[in-house]
Amino acid sequence: MNIDDLAIQARGLSKDFGQLRAVDRLDLDVPRAAIYGFLGPNGSGKSTTIRMLCGLLTPTEGSANVLGVDVPGHAGDLKPRIGYMTQRFSLFGDLTVYENLQFIAEIYSIPVNRRAARIEEVLENYDLVEQRKQFAATMSGGQRQRLALGCAVIHKPELLLLDEPTSAVDPQSRRDFWANLFRLAEAGTTILVSTHYMDEAERCHRLAILDHGAKVADGPPQELQRSTGMTIIEVLADDPYHAQTAISALPVVASVTQLGIRLRVLIPESVGDGLEQVRKVLSDHGIDADSRLSSASLEDVFVAVTLDEKQVAA
Amino acid sequence: MKPLSRLMAVTRKEVRQMRRDRLTFAMIFGIPLLQIILFGYAINTDVRNLKTAIVDEANTHLSRDFVAQLTATQVTDIHVHVSTVAQLEDLLRAGEVSIGVAIPHDFDRRVADDTRAAAHILVDGSDPTIVGIADGLRNLPLRFDTVMEKQRTELIEVRPYYNPERRTPVNIIPGLIGVILMMTMMIFTAVAVVRERERGNLELLINTPVTSAELMIGKVLPYIFIGLVQLAVILIAGDLLFDVPVRGSVLDLYIAGCVYIAANLALGLFFSTAVSSQFQAIQLTFFMMLPSILLSGFVFPFDGMPQIARWIGEALPITHFIRLTRGIMLREAGLGDMAAELIFLGVFAFVAMTAAALRFSKRLD
Ligand SMILES: Nc1ncnc2c1ncn2[C@@H]1O[C@H](COP(=O)(O)OP(=O)(O)OP(=O)(O)O)[C@@H](O)[C@H]1O
Ligand SMILES: [Mg+2]
Repeated sequence: MNIDDLAIQARGLSKDFGQLRAVDRLDLDVPRAAIYGFLGPNGSGKSTTIRMLCGLLTPTEGSANVLGVDVPGHAGDLKPRIGYMTQRFSLFGDLTVYENLQFIAEIYSIPVNRRAARIEEVLENYDLVEQRKQFAATMSGGQRQRLALGCAVIHKPELLLLDEPTSAVDPQSRRDFWANLFRLAEAGTTILVSTHYMDEAERCHRLAILDHGAKVADGPPQELQRSTGMTIIEVLADDPYHAQTAISALPVVASVTQLGIRLRVLIPESVGDGLEQVRKVLSDHGIDADSRLSSASLEDVFVAVTLDEKQVAA
Repeated sequence: MKPLSRLMAVTRKEVRQMRRDRLTFAMIFGIPLLQIILFGYAINTDVRNLKTAIVDEANTHLSRDFVAQLTATQVTDIHVHVSTVAQLEDLLRAGEVSIGVAIPHDFDRRVADDTRAAAHILVDGSDPTIVGIADGLRNLPLRFDTVMEKQRTELIEVRPYYNPERRTPVNIIPGLIGVILMMTMMIFTAVAVVRERERGNLELLINTPVTSAELMIGKVLPYIFIGLVQLAVILIAGDLLFDVPVRGSVLDLYIAGCVYIAANLALGLFFSTAVSSQFQAIQLTFFMMLPSILLSGFVFPFDGMPQIARWIGEALPITHFIRLTRGIMLREAGLGDMAAELIFLGVFAFVAMTAAALRFSKRLD
């Protein structure tokens, strides 16, 4: 891909905190006007990567180019062009919604003659009109996140960095939140968003899965689902607990996850007869179950790529 | 234009937040008033009514006359009469009295005898001021018909210029201005940056185009105004309650006040960039407060301190400010007479502010 089509390009980006390697030789190519997802367990380095990309943290190794600007060297030039929504709510609790927006608008030097109109527009777009005079500290989780997004986009940035913007938001609000993101992406904004939610990850144009600071998968969600390298077997059992114990004992099994009365079993594709082995071990234990092949969900992809090396080898 | 409008945005935000923070608002007026009243009324080097116990073993006309004179000084307040010196000592040890007067049975003869002390005054030496007071009692003249009154002619006469009535508040309040402004200004700003760090606001702020200098100066500006209001509160209260004069120019006093306030705010801001919690910030200001009160000449005379203490004192803004306030308020001095002190404060403010802006990097690591 041409550098001009990329909003973010990072090569070998690494960050050490003392002994801990929080981000490990990360290569990233984020196309412009795309929604790019960061999926990864707690502590996998999502926030650290985002902070390096906007110049808040200095990489231990590697380099990044964001919107044609080298960071962290010239991060100052970048500030007016990016919007950043922190993982933790970082607006002023003792200011009202309007005052928060007003302060951010002033800080970004939105011209006086356009400022009031722009604030109204944001209040409107992010459904905050009624909360206008409410103190930010007293708002609900979802309202806060709408305000934070509103503040992050008030200056119409080219790149939005959103760090877990929808944690603590109900599914309906999450859908609304994502509707806003799609609208922004359509208007040409590049969005990098970190998340724990599979349904959100599925909506991204492209996805990187991080584990222990390293990128373990990268691509459009559908493509990742096609190429897990795993046979996925779904087992429907009356006694899922015993079924799980029996299946876990099989040496070829990489992972078993229980979803209600269903079990999802991941076995490397290199094992040709995974399904047969599962059926056999279940009947050996006298467990009545229905086992069949299934296609990979994004959750299966996530489980497959974040497995410990040891587990896969076992 | 952009830097200025960003700076004003920060200032406006600070003012809004301050107005809503009742505790801060109460501190603006509460601290000066409380301190003035505390220091003005409680600290009084002009000591009276010390609790005294007496054992009069002589019980003669002369000894009773002596006790009457002791009472007349008003320094002592005869609390109890006991019968033995041992009882006197017990009372002293228990802290029930500060002074014990022991008059021996041969008091009359001793008075006539120049080589022996006529009476003993036992003093609670754990309090240095009381020892000084008791020393003064030595000079009590004894009028006694048959003994010539020992007349002392003073070799040197002391004339207390600028405070002829020797009123303690007149000496204390000019210094107290320095202490009060330091306390409030430094605490306000020492928590200013670290509070935003704790609340998470900082991570957002440093990702905006606002620069370190804009943020620092924008935060400090409203407090300069508050400091000047406090100065007015102290001066008015000092005048109404204790009749403390401002003999020099009020404008001079305000100019000195401005620079001193800026120095303290800048120092507080520097602390704020150096610590990682509000608690640490408060600790650091207390760490600064102690030498400022003790080594600035506010409590002890500056020239009487050991060399090293004077060096430390010279490095503190409050030392220079107290010289300025005492000069302007009591000696009718002008800023021109004390330009060096003002320049020191100005340089201090500039250096501390620069250090704060440099120390505050727009990074998290
Ligand atoms: N300032 C820091 N000092 C030391 N260690 C840090 C620091 N910041 C992050 N870490 C460590 O770096 C690792 C990655 O942290 P990071 O916050 O990037 O994870 P994350 O993927 O955002 O996790 P989460 O989903 O919980 O937000 C963690 O192990 C964390 O403990
Ligand atoms: Mg995080």
